[in-house]
Amino acid sequence: MSLADRSLALSTGSRNRQRSNFELYAWLFMRVSGVVLVFLVLGHLFIMNILDGGVQRINFAFVAGRWASPFWQVWDLAMLWLAMLHGTNGLRTIINDYAERNQTRFWLKMLLYVSSAFIILLGTLVIFTFDPTIG
Amino acid sequence: MATAPVGTLYRGGQGMWSWVAQRITGIAVFFFLYVHVLDTALVRVSPEAYDIVIATYKTPIVNLLEVGLVGAVLYHALNGLRVIAVDFWSRGPRYQRQMLWAVVGVWVVVMLPGTYYMMRHTVEALFGATP
Ligand code: HEM
Ligand code: HEM
Repeated sequence: MSLADRSLALSTGSRNRQRSNFELYAWLFMRVSGVVLVFLVLGHLFIMNILDGGVQRINFAFVAGRWASPFWQVWDLAMLWLAMLHGTNGLRTIINDYAERNQTRFWLKMLLYVSSAFIILLGTLVIFTFDPTIG
Repeated sequence: MATAPVGTLYRGGQGMWSWVAQRITGIAVFFFLYVHVLDTALVRVSPEAYDIVIATYKTPIVNLLEVGLVGAVLYHALNGLRVIAVDFWSRGPRYQRQMLWAVVGVWVVVMLPGTYYMMRHTVEALFGATP
């Protein structure tokens, strides 16, 4: 669907939708975040799994070395937020598609939002409070 | 449902299956990410706790699962770019089928050496040195 078709479908389509552009922005966000995630996530996977020794070399000291650099901190932070928001929005669409009863849909989405918020906050906290001298 | 699926991308055929696969890989990667942020959070507990859990990533079976994860992310990323091209590029819809073959082609070309490098250590550990 093109952008124009999309806004057309949204403004004329579906039952009792309020005049809001939320779905359009969500749709756009999936595409913009997707393009950025190609670099962040595929780069992450290449570094972690292929580059010198791959997964075999990962341990606490390795993470400490990486998070000593603001570059990788920002990289991981951006990846965390974009991937979690992209994935959460994707799951919201899937719940809307398959959960038929209003009640079920509501509670599944609440569960999704609460657990996603928890993961985003935890991941952010871990990056900002990382302490290489712990333990 | 309409009977003539001319010009639709989603009714049966590759268009639908590529979308089903986009959905399944998206869900799988999302659930992995939940667990992954939790395991990374162990760096705030102690170096030992983190190293013990990360050690499971290095075992043969989990190593194989990682190849599957990378394959899922790679498909989702490539096909996601194709979906974006169909939406925003004026000739996207016309070339969507060719682009799907390109997705499959690039996936195979990246996964062949990728699997080799990801599994090399495991294969050496299990069956002795590789040539
Ligand atoms: C088997 C494959 C993977 C391995 C071995 C791996 C490894 C790691 C390691 C060692 C870290 C610690 C931080 C650092 O060194 O930069 C990390 C953090 C992170 N990874 Fe991965 N990763 C994998 C797959 C993924 C995938 C597929 C995603 C995204 C969908 C992802 C997203 C993240 C994020 C968001 C963080 C930061 C976590 C936080 O804020 O606490 N990783 N990963
Ligand atoms: C690597 C780069 C990525 C690209 C280019 C990408 C692209 C896309 C696109 C274009 C869509 C379709 C949205 C729509 O139909 O409106 C989508 C859906 C989705 N993505 Fe991604 N994505 C990427 C990474 C990820 C990651 C890391 C996750 C998981 C955390 C994820 C989870 C999902 C989910 C759950 C959906 C919903 C599927 C559906 O509605 O059928 N994606 N992605």
